[in-house]
This record gives sequence, structure tokens and C-alpha cells, in this order.
Amino acid sequence: MVLVLALGDLHVPHRAADLPPKFKSMLVPGKIQHIICTGNLCIKEIHDYLKTICPDLHIVRGEFDEDARYPDTKTLTIGQFKLGLCHGHQVIPWGDLDSLAMLQRQLDVDILVTGHTHQFTAYKHEGGVVINPGSATGAYSSINQDVNPSFVLMDIDGLRVVVYVYELIDGEVKVDKIDFKKASTSTSAP
Amino acid sequence: MIADDDEKWLAAATAAVKQNAFYMQRAIDSNNLKDALKFSAQMLGELRTSKLSPHKYYELYIRASDELRSLEMFFRDETALGCSIAELYELVQHAGNILPRLYLLCTIGSVYIKSKDVTAKDILKDLVEMCRAVQHPLRGLFLRSYLAQVTRDKLPSIGSEVEGDTETHMDALEFVLQNFTEMNKLWVRMQHQGPTREKEKREKERNELRDLVGKNLHILGQLEGVDLVVYRDTVLPRILEQVVNCKDELAQCYLMDCIIQVFPDDFHLQTLDVLLGACPQLQPSVDIKTVLSGLMERLSNYAASSVEALPNFLQVDAFSKLNHAIGKVVEAQVDLPASASVTLYLFLLKFTLHVHSDRLDYVDQVLGSCVSQLSATGKLCDDKASKQIVAFLSAPLEKFNDVVTILKLTNYPRVMEYLDNDTNKAMAIIIIQSILKNDTRIATADEVDAMFELIKGLIKDFDGLADNDEIDEEDFQEEQNSVARLVHFLYNDDPEEMSKIIFRIRKHILTGGPKRLPLTIPPLVFSALKLVRRMRGGDENPFGDDTSTPQKILQLLTETVEVLSDVSASELALRLYLQCAQAANDCELETVAYEFFTKAYLLYEEEISDSKAQVTALRLIIGTLQRMRVFNVENRDILTHKATGYSAKLLKKPDQCRAVYECAHLYWAEEGENLKDGERVVLCLKRAQKIADAVQKMANASRGASSTGSVSLYVELLNKYLYFLEKGNPQVTGETIQSLAELIRSETKKAESGAGTFITSTLRYMEFQRQQEDGGMSEKYQKIKMEWFE
Repeated sequence: MVLVLALGDLHVPHRAADLPPKFKSMLVPGKIQHIICTGNLCIKEIHDYLKTICPDLHIVRGEFDEDARYPDTKTLTIGQFKLGLCHGHQVIPWGDLDSLAMLQRQLDVDILVTGHTHQFTAYKHEGGVVINPGSATGAYSSINQDVNPSFVLMDIDGLRVVVYVYELIDGEVKVDKIDFKKASTSTSAP
Repeated sequence: MIADDDEKWLAAATAAVKQNAFYMQRAIDSNNLKDALKFSAQMLGELRTSKLSPHKYYELYIRASDELRSLEMFFRDETALGCSIAELYELVQHAGNILPRLYLLCTIGSVYIKSKDVTAKDILKDLVEMCRAVQHPLRGLFLRSYLAQVTRDKLPSIGSEVEGDTETHMDALEFVLQNFTEMNKLWVRMQHQGPTREKEKREKERNELRDLVGKNLHILGQLEGVDLVVYRDTVLPRILEQVVNCKDELAQCYLMDCIIQVFPDDFHLQTLDVLLGACPQLQPSVDIKTVLSGLMERLSNYAASSVEALPNFLQVDAFSKLNHAIGKVVEAQVDLPASASVTLYLFLLKFTLHVHSDRLDYVDQVLGSCVSQLSATGKLCDDKASKQIVAFLSAPLEKFNDVVTILKLTNYPRVMEYLDNDTNKAMAIIIIQSILKNDTRIATADEVDAMFELIKGLIKDFDGLADNDEIDEEDFQEEQNSVARLVHFLYNDDPEEMSKIIFRIRKHILTGGPKRLPLTIPPLVFSALKLVRRMRGGDENPFGDDTSTPQKILQLLTETVEVLSDVSASELALRLYLQCAQAANDCELETVAYEFFTKAYLLYEEEISDSKAQVTALRLIIGTLQRMRVFNVENRDILTHKATGYSAKLLKKPDQCRAVYECAHLYWAEEGENLKDGERVVLCLKRAQKIADAVQKMANASRGASSTGSVSLYVELLNKYLYFLEKGNPQVTGETIQSLAELIRSETKKAESGAGTFITSTLRYMEFQRQQEDGGMSEKYQKIKMEWFE
């Protein structure tokens, strides 16, 4: 059982002062094995904070990130899964599922994690699974009118990944979960 | 060595005491009164020594007084056997020396206090008078100490079994007061014994003995019958009289503190005038602030622990008395350093916060008093004082946990003026952190102004400080990020008020200078965009003033983001223009949106020269433009045409190719039929393909075996064709796709390695779509002949 935290689009301090306190109290150091971050932190203080939750931090560049050295895309393997990471402002039209599917084929990954729309989504298509953890601070978005703070926790166990999404709605944290299974250990999708 | 001698003498004296005590005990055991007295007198004779230091004398004294206990018991038994006090007194007179005689008289006298022969009053009076015969400070102190000790459990006090009426109480009171007065006089006299160069040593020795004097106050505190009236009318005035008149710094300091600690808090509250009135009469060298702070602390704790007592504070007007007293002290002691006077005000402030937390006017008064005090000194350079002021300013912050309350204190910013620049900024950060921690909302434009007044050290450069090269880069960033975070707490649900707030924030932030603006403008912009969105959702207010419309806010934003391009933050400015354009789009404000795009394009053309930056900027332009619905055909065409132009002129060919094929999306929008221009889409894709061909040629020419990079471009194009095929673009034919696929295959064959997984996954996807059962998709895919892929 490997726990992977996926979050992004915090936009601190441009659009939000900090993560919601209820989220901060849940993100305790030592419980999570990897963090994948879709970008737009935007400042070093947030980077350092994420590192305290888990030292294995993978991050890609959002268009407002202060640090220009983050890569545009990243791929990594966790257990039986290949994961791809990209902020998403590079994929046009923004939020378009078919365009994202193209990126997934290009990166050749089972799970593609992207952001930019500040809208949680998790869906399965021919090429695999696309997950958008939304905005962890509920930051303003020109794309999405109604943003709730959200993040995703993935529990990777063998060929199965359970995606838990945590959303802060009207002051309460609501959890939902979605199951995905991959057919075999081959690198391509089911 | 003197110390060794001291030890030697003590050893000798102790031995003598022991020996005499032994004989005394033997005499007691054989009921020999005469001998008991003889040996006890001899024993006590050792206490006549002048050779010992106070510390050593104390040890000897303890020894001797211990032994006297058995003598005391013996006397009690003797009286039981019928010997009268007069007789015992008579016998004792035969002791040769005064000191031993007095010790014995005290011992006997204390035993007779309970007897019916003589009244307690007379005995006590006699004893306290008789002790005057010993005027040597050290010996006299210990003698009187013994007197106090031996009579203690015979006075009517808490814990003793002695009862009495009011008269007895007053007699006991008088006795203790007198003993105290005499002991203090002796103690003070010690200061003046011996040469001046040994002053420090004497003070140290006196300090060791101070509890002997203080004990009397403890006893007073325990006496029955010392209620508030007696305390106020007799006890306190008498004690204070001695304290003031002795004119001794050490004694005054210690005894004032003793009074405060020993007697109950509500006594102090009711006699506050008297107590405070004594303070200016004390020696100038006395550390008044410790005394006053001790008093205020006790009273604060009293208020905190018993709510019923709170009205009393108001009734005696404790606050103004203390405020006044401090004022007098500060006035009188001209040399008082700034840190000391601030400390005094700090304690008064804490007192006020504890006792009168609902009286903001009191709190403001204290702040004001501090300001008047500081105005004499000007801006502080003293670290210690600065620390105290920070503590002073933090106290109300921590008490109220609500910066909005702090904003009501008119003197608060005035105090901050006296901090040096660095401490001022540090204090501003503390205030901001209080807001962040407590989630405080600052909800009116005026409060926003007051807030920025408090943190002005962060907002702009201090006068006269032109360059900031001494400031650490990281620290500066953190400071400005704090200000940025603050902006999100300046908020009101009402769009009109929020509008005003936005204008005010802007006014303050724009004074910040080129280093601050790129960090502080973005949060303002987004706060304003959120307002625009809310305005859009609400009803039009026909009576609202000009500032509360989306147009006005967006206009303000144009002027604000402009500033960023003046300070070389062009990439940021471009992104912000695009964000504003989207907001204008959502408000159906076509001209405004077009204006934003124009500004963004100009920045792109004139300011963004770095290739990587261009690629990203262009991607954002295309992405934003693709979502715009507010433009008419003409405007849309102009903007799209420009974007495609920029795409074709990017420096690196692969970047060109990608940007151009992304432009295809500009000609296809899902929502309306008139936004779908199939031909133009294909034109874009074909144009992109030409660029990809050029890339391929260069690669083939330079290396022989082609790199996989350019084949990847073809595969990307293939995917794009598939995208538009699926969306139903009639111009995307099976043949187009086939020929592209053919091209990919032949290029891949040339290369040693394939384009790898991208092709494989694309093919797999195509096959998957072909097999789709819903007909529509597979129909489209049937058009493509896929035989050549093995």
C-alpha cells in the first residue's frame, strides 16, 4: 500500500493566503510516501511546506510559479503504475479530455495527473486514467466559476489504485472514492 | 585567611555552646534551676561575639536557640510547680551580661504570657522595651528575632490556640509593630557600620538577613483582628512610616515588596492611594518599577481569579490611580532609561487588559501615556527598549486576537512610530500573522486605511532610505508575500464597499516601488476579479455609484497591470491581462476584452524576447483566445491571425510546428456552428506539417539516421487530425490521415529506433475506436485504411 498525495494550483499568495486549516491538519508528515504536484504553488514557502509532509516531492511548472526550473512534464513509476504529471495550461483546449488523452498517449502513462482548471475530475478512457486534483486552496479560476478546495490521495496497491478525493464544501470535508484497476503489468493501458 | 578564621571561631563557639548546653541539660534533668540558669547564661554568652560574619552568627544562633527550647519547657514545668515569674526574673538578673540575660528574660516572659499573674500586655511591652539595651545591629537583630520567634505561638493569630478579644488583638499588634520598627532600625544601621569601601560586602550581608525583618510582616499578616479597617488605619501607616523614614534603599525595596506579597489583594485595592502615595517618597535609587510591577501583577491575577472582585476595581478607580502613580514616578526619575519606563507601561497595560478588557479607552490611554513618555526620547536605538515596545504592542494583540479592535486604538500607530525601521517591520509582520492566524476580516475601506497605516513600513521605503541593498533578498520576499496574503483578508460581501476597498488597497500598494509591485499587485488583481465575478452574478444597482460596476473595476485593473510593464515584470503582466480578458469575456464586455488582448499582444511583441518565455506566453494566448466567445467575427479574425503569425515566427522550428497546430483549435469551438471552420483547421494542420517536413529534412541532412524528435511531431499531428475527425470536421478525410500515417511509417523505418511508444499507443487507440460499438465513432475510423501497420 503506497500513498500518493496529488494536489496543486494553490496560487499562494496571489489568489489565496494558505491551505484551509482543515486540510493542513490532515496532511501530517510521515503518512504519505510520495507527493505529485501539478504546479502553481507559487512560492518557495509552499514548496518547503510540502517537503515537510513528504521529502519525495515531484512537481511540474505552472504558468504562475516563481521557480522557473520546474519541468513542463514529468513521468515516474510507483509500484505497477506509470504516472505522468503536467500542469495543463500547455494542453489546448484547456480541460479538454481528448487533448489530455493525447498527452497521455504521448507520455505513455497509466495515470495522468494534471491541473489548471481548478476542477476535480477523475475518469477512465482508452489510454488510462486522468486525474485532476483541483485547487487545494479553492483559488479563483477564470475557467471554473465555482471552486471548492480539493486534493487527491491515491492508494496504490498492486494493480489497483483507489482514488480518494477530499473536497471542502461549506466548511466540511467531504470524501469520495473511485476504484481503478489495470489489466496486466504491461506498460500499455488495459 | 579571614574565611578560615571565621570557620575557626564558629567551631570554637559551637563547641562552647554544646558543652554548656550539655551541663544545662544535666541541671534541668536534676531539677536544678540555679545551675540550669547558670549554664544557659554561659551558653548564651557565646552570642556576645563580634567575630562572626552574619552568616556564621546565624548558624550559632540556631544552635543556641534550639537548646533554649528545653529550657523553655523546664520553665513551664517550674511554673507549674509554683515558681512565680517575679521569682524567675529575679534569678535571671544574676546573669552577668546583658545579652544572655535578655535571651533568658524573653524565654521566661513568653512562658508567662498565658499565666494569670501578669497581663500579657505588660510582659510583651516590657520585653520589647528591654531589648533596646542591645544596640549592636547584628546581635540586636537576632535577639529580637528570637523574641518574635518565641512569642509567636502565644499571640492570637491564625493557627494558634490563643483566643482573645479586641484589646488583646491590639496589644499583640502593637507588640509586633514595635519589634518590627526596632529591627528595621538595627538593620538599616548595619549599612553605616565599617569603612565605605566595604559597602558592597555589607549590602550582601544585609541581604542575607532581610528575612529576619520581613518575618514580622508575615506575623502581622497572620494576626487575628487585622481586618481591612485595622490594616488601613494602623498597620499600613505604621509600616510605611518606618519604610519611608528609614531612608534606606535596600530596606525600602525589600519591605515594599514584602507588604505587597504578604497582605491580601483586596486590602491593597482598598488602600491603593496610601500605598502608591508612598512611592514618590522613597529614595530615588529604589527600583520603583519592580515594586509597581509586582503590585500590578498581583492585582491582575486577583482580577483574573475572582470575577466578583472586578466591580471593586472600578469602584476604587484603580486604573487612574495606577496610571497617575506611574506618571509621577516617570516624571520624578529623569534618568529613567526608555526601556524601564516602557516596562512600567507594559505592566499597566497588562493590568488593564486583565481587569478592564472591555474598556478600550483605558487601553488607549495607556498607549497614549507611553507615547508622551517616548516623545521625549525620539526614535529608539536601544535594543532593550525596542524589545519592550514589541512586548507592549503584542499584549493587546494577544489579548483580543482581533486586529480590528487594535485598529480602534488611536495611539497604537503612534507607538509604532518610535520603533527603529527593522523592528517596525517586524512588528508589522506580527500584526499580519495575527490576522492570518485568527482569520480576521477587515471589512471597511476605513479599516483598510488604518491597517495600511500600521504596516506602512512594509508597504514602502522609509524616508531617506533610498536603496535596500542591505536587506536580505529572501527576507524581503517573505515580507512582501505576507502583505500579499493579507490582501485576501480585506474583504466585504457588499460589492460597493468591496469596490472602495479595492481602490484603497491599490492606492497604498502603488507607493511600493519597483521591487514590491510584482509581489503585491497580483493579489490585488485577483481580489478585484473575484469582485467582478460577484458583481456579474448580482443585480444591477441603478442607484449605485460609479465605482461598483464591472467596467470600472476592469478599467482600474488595466491601469494597475500597466504599472507592471513599467517595472519590467512583463511576463507577469501578460498573464494578468489574459486573466482580465477572460473576466471581460464573462461580462460580455467585448471592447474591454479586446483592449486587454491588445495590451497582451503588445507586450508579447515588444517585451518578451526570451524564446522559452515566448513559447509559454503564446501557449497562454492561444489557450485564452480559444475560450473567448464575446468577439465578433472581425475582431476574432484579427486576433487569431496575429496569434498564428506569432506561432510561425517562433525561433525553434519544433516550437513553431506545435504552436501552429495548436492554433487550429482557434478555428473550432464546440458551442456554435458558426465557430467551426473546418477548412481553416486543416489549413493550420497542413501548415504545421510543412514545418515538420522542414524539421525532418534538417535532421536527415545533418545526421543520416533521423532523430525521433521530428517523427514525434508527425505523430502529434496525426493525433490532432484524429481529434478533429472525431469532432466531425468534414475537411478531415481518411486520405489525409492515411497519407500522414504512411509518412510516419516510412520515416520510422529509416530510423533505428521507432518513435516508440507514442505511435504504438496512437495505433492502439485508433484500433480501439474502430472497434467501438456505438457506430458513430467506428464509422469515422472505418474511413482509414490501416493495413500498413504491423
